[in-house]
Amino acid sequence: MAADEEHLLVQQLLPVLVLAAVVFLFGGGLLFLTSLVGPKLNPNDKRKLMPYECGVFGQETATTRVPVKYYLTAIIFILFDIEVVFMYPWALIYKEYLSTAGLFLLVEMLVFMAILIFGFIYVWRNRGLQWE
Amino acid sequence: MGRDTFEITVNVVKMLVVFLMMVQMVPILVWLERRGSAFIQHRFGPNRVGPLGLTQLLADAVKFICKEEFLPQKAVALLYYGAPVVALVPAALALASIPFSTPVEVSPFEMLGQAWGPYTFYIQGFHMNVGIIYILGVSSLGAYSLLMAGWGSSNKYSLMGALRASAQMISYELALGLAIVAVVLLYGTFDLAEMVSAQKGPLTFHMFSREYVVSVLPNWGIFFQPLGFVLFFTSVFAESNRLPFDLAESEGELVAGFHTEYGGFKMLLFFMGEYGHMMVSSSLLAIFYFGGHHIPFLTEASVHDWALSLAGQETTVASIITSLVFLASFLVKVALFLWFFIWVRWTLPRFRYDHLMDLGWKTMLPWSIFNIILTAVILFLAQGLVL
Repeated sequence: MAADEEHLLVQQLLPVLVLAAVVFLFGGGLLFLTSLVGPKLNPNDKRKLMPYECGVFGQETATTRVPVKYYLTAIIFILFDIEVVFMYPWALIYKEYLSTAGLFLLVEMLVFMAILIFGFIYVWRNRGLQWE
Repeated sequence: MGRDTFEITVNVVKMLVVFLMMVQMVPILVWLERRGSAFIQHRFGPNRVGPLGLTQLLADAVKFICKEEFLPQKAVALLYYGAPVVALVPAALALASIPFSTPVEVSPFEMLGQAWGPYTFYIQGFHMNVGIIYILGVSSLGAYSLLMAGWGSSNKYSLMGALRASAQMISYELALGLAIVAVVLLYGTFDLAEMVSAQKGPLTFHMFSREYVVSVLPNWGIFFQPLGFVLFFTSVFAESNRLPFDLAESEGELVAGFHTEYGGFKMLLFFMGEYGHMMVSSSLLAIFYFGGHHIPFLTEASVHDWALSLAGQETTVASIITSLVFLASFLVKVALFLWFFIWVRWTLPRFRYDHLMDLGWKTMLPWSIFNIILTAVILFLAQGLVL
């Protein structure tokens, strides 16, 4: 088992790390190299350095507070996403155990789905998905 | 060389090839997008630089390189410069685990006085037995790049664009994830290569313990998951921030969204990420629903026999030819989907934001749950609707 795990690590996970490092080096290196080629920016050119605005002086910066309506979406997403993650192992074994424990697997997941759908309807009815 | 060293070397070389392939595809896709949009809008498009405007790509690259380096006032340098680099990561990592073709079998041979082989080279950056989970995982990293760009460039348009884009991505990730659950139910595996091999031959299904074969149709996932295909297809459009779902950069409202403050090569890196994402999505569509590298009415064995007769009974050469034939088949499918992405972008208008969220949460999510239940019930009734 230990040898298998080591093999898995070498075969599957090490390449991912190597590739990620290569991609970072590629992107970062290209950014650095192109910065050497082009014309240099005048650091005293205040107008050019201002945040983009359509031809007028900017009124505020992005770091002022903005009402973020998206937090509710994010929280609901996390709840549903965890439930989706729970379905993956079930989906993986469903076909394999269909002939021996098919009804059990199906009913269990239908019960889970019913709870999930109930929660979804609750969120919907309470205007959690309302976009106004 | 030891076994591990050899395998690592082979894997690293393969991954670099896949990564460079992705980077090389980007200018071609940009050209295709510009020519295609011109074709759709009855214009000429780039046609002056080289034949059909093909060397426009080189001219563009030179122009991108020669742009002034620019860091806006008050920008967070680490986030501002980090975002375009991070944008490359999800597409590159995901594309490396896509199975492109049949494996190449190298029979034993002798070189430099040593015996080598037999080897089996998989035409896949690296083989993962949890392929889908891995791709879902790395694809989610895309949201970081958006948020880094939005916050780092310290511009209100960028911030609004990034917030919109990330909200949109997570909303459609649910429908995407649920569509993939139905796919996993159908094939019973997370392994992309096994999914592809399950789709060979004519359409075969079991109903009430009897087997039916429809010989005029290939055994592709689309015939088992038509609803899942529609849901997945719509979600990948939203995930890659393309029209009609490009609310993140709706130029009428937000200038250019999260990349307002970007120009030159940094902009190009964002484009690479976006087109890479399109390539991954197209490959997944081909693998889940259109048989991966399989060609309808042709089996791997028959192509291999043909290649053997062509190569004069050299099994290694025949294996390479077979692999190339199926690679071409896979790439044709991917190219069709990539064209579809471009076609849709220049045909449909943009959604309004509340419509977008309503479509994601109130339409796609219930339908994808329904799709899972339907698939599970049919599989149960058929006692193994096996592919």
